[in-house]
Amino acid sequence: MVSSVLQALPVGILPEPLLRAESTGGKFLLMAFAVLLFAAIFGLVLFLASLFKGREGEKVQGFLFALPAIFLLAVGLLYPAILTIIQSLRGRSGEAGFTLDNYVQMFTQPELLTVLRNTALWVVLVPFLATAIGLLYAILIDRARGEAFAKALIFLPMAISMVGAGIIWKFVYQYKQTERPQIGLLNGVLKALGFETQQFLLDAPVNTLMLIIVMVWIQAGFAMTVLSAAIKAIPDDIIEAARLDGVSGFRMFRFITLPSIRSALVVVLTTIGIGTLKVFDIVRTMTAGQFDTSVVANEFYNQSFRYNAPGLGAALAVLLFILVVPIVTYNIVQMRKEA
Amino acid sequence: MSTLQPAATPESVTTESGVTVTGKRRKKSAAGNAAKAITSPWASLVAVVIAVLWTLPTIGLFVTSFRRQIDIQRTGWWTAFSNPGDFTLENYRQALAPSSTSSFSQYFINTIVITVPAVLLPIFLASLAAYAFAWMPFPGRDFLFVAVFALQIVPLQVALIPLLDIYVNKLGFGASYWSVWLSHTIFALPLATFLIHNFMKELPGELMEAARVDGAGHVTIFFKILLPLLTPALAAFGIFQFLWVWNDLLVSLVFLGGTPDVAPVTVRVAELSGSRGSAWYILSAGAFISMVVPVAVFLALQRFFVRGLLAGGLKG
Repeated sequence: MVSSVLQALPVGILPEPLLRAESTGGKFLLMAFAVLLFAAIFGLVLFLASLFKGREGEKVQGFLFALPAIFLLAVGLLYPAILTIIQSLRGRSGEAGFTLDNYVQMFTQPELLTVLRNTALWVVLVPFLATAIGLLYAILIDRARGEAFAKALIFLPMAISMVGAGIIWKFVYQYKQTERPQIGLLNGVLKALGFETQQFLLDAPVNTLMLIIVMVWIQAGFAMTVLSAAIKAIPDDIIEAARLDGVSGFRMFRFITLPSIRSALVVVLTTIGIGTLKVFDIVRTMTAGQFDTSVVANEFYNQSFRYNAPGLGAALAVLLFILVVPIVTYNIVQMRKEA
Repeated sequence: MSTLQPAATPESVTTESGVTVTGKRRKKSAAGNAAKAITSPWASLVAVVIAVLWTLPTIGLFVTSFRRQIDIQRTGWWTAFSNPGDFTLENYRQALAPSSTSSFSQYFINTIVITVPAVLLPIFLASLAAYAFAWMPFPGRDFLFVAVFALQIVPLQVALIPLLDIYVNKLGFGASYWSVWLSHTIFALPLATFLIHNFMKELPGELMEAARVDGAGHVTIFFKILLPLLTPALAAFGIFQFLWVWNDLLVSLVFLGGTPDVAPVTVRVAELSGSRGSAWYILSAGAFISMVVPVAVFLALQRFFVRGLLAGGLKG
């Protein structure tokens, strides 16, 4: 049905001047036009809705209010997703007869197996490392002087784009031969300690670990902030009671703190896990997936847009979908339980 | 800890960001106790080490962005402080000069032009839909709401290629802002509708009924009563969406390519990193130009941040 609606649309519903602009002023005009156009559509829907009166009219009104969002989601997300699933079943080009070739290839071809192995490494290591570091830091600075500032330091990477983070760390990993002066911090440290300098982004599987560090660096602040709030929410009387019973130190952490923040921990782990599964920008910016560092989201992009294998790309996108579903579902169930 | 619902009210967000009022009043906590067990100086040392590890990489590139091209290649940035006179703004001048080929100014403007409608549009549409789902009974409402809610699990990768086909071949958009405006809107809608709906449900129903009795229609109620009350929720979502769009690489890369006409800063920086990986003078300046706005927003609106990010983990 959707495709027939799309067929009926004329090619180029917007004239060229409303599509692109060269000058800065033109771009801002275009932006203002877009906002006004969307506002006008918004107003039109409301106006149409206000025409329907009475009990029956109420129902039409409600439907009209929800219609723009539902229409966009149906045409822009649901329909494309179905097309992608079909395409993934139609060979490398996505246009041949129905076959499971793409999926078979995914689990047999050595390069793609490396991609799967890397993705597994990311999804296991990033959530646990980021959460562990975030939790440790949250505990260490709890009630310390300058707590807000200390938190902001760790949290700031969340505001930076993953592209920016990729550049920052690529510079940390910069390689020069041992004899020459170093410009990368990590090799600078190695040299100062008397070791040979390393090409951190070149040698598998170390390079994947080096990329993983970047994601941990980004996500630890998120874990720290959420867990810190959870720790502060533990009721005082529980702690007092435990203390009267002689519980303290590590046992307090193990038997009081940890169980009290369990649900926050689960939400943090799963949320970071979902983000990690879809990681694209870091790999793309730092190695573009070369030297055996590719992950599913990056390989999807490469197969679809660079290697001219949209069918295989579609299969990778579907794999991503299948991997994400259980984590998201679990995450939502956890969040709803708490709320 | 409450997570997804109700969507952010300023009070609840303040508590989550950790800068709590109640927190300061209380003296002891389980964690504080655990930290004391690892005798205090050691705890402080570990905390300082983590803090240094987390800031040093950024400081390194930041210092580099103010060094001369020739110095960057010759010596480590940590040696720069011995010659403070050598610091220069030349890299930023080059990165911002409209005429130079390595300029980011075009791309920076593109980022702004992409971001504004891509933040406003989903807020418009989602609040409209959320109002219908929360307060206007119509046939099939519950089913449709669950469907919108469930669409949160679809990763955007699954929709990219067919969507690109629709834009290019059916709508004739090609590499234009319209493709990204619509895409960002579509990808944001499930989460936005869900969050705003939850917030609306928290509002007392009597408010709406009283207005109905006074003869106000849904349109009036929506604008006069609901929108002012919704401001905190819309702000929380808006900030999150702003960061998401501003920092996005994949959506822009797929729909816009790398031309200075339309491509945002992130695409340009990523491209330079691939093709001129050692041009650190321009890469460092470009990276910080792309970061300055989101970091400023983060510092100014820190308390709204956490909830948006927490909810946003499910997005994309």
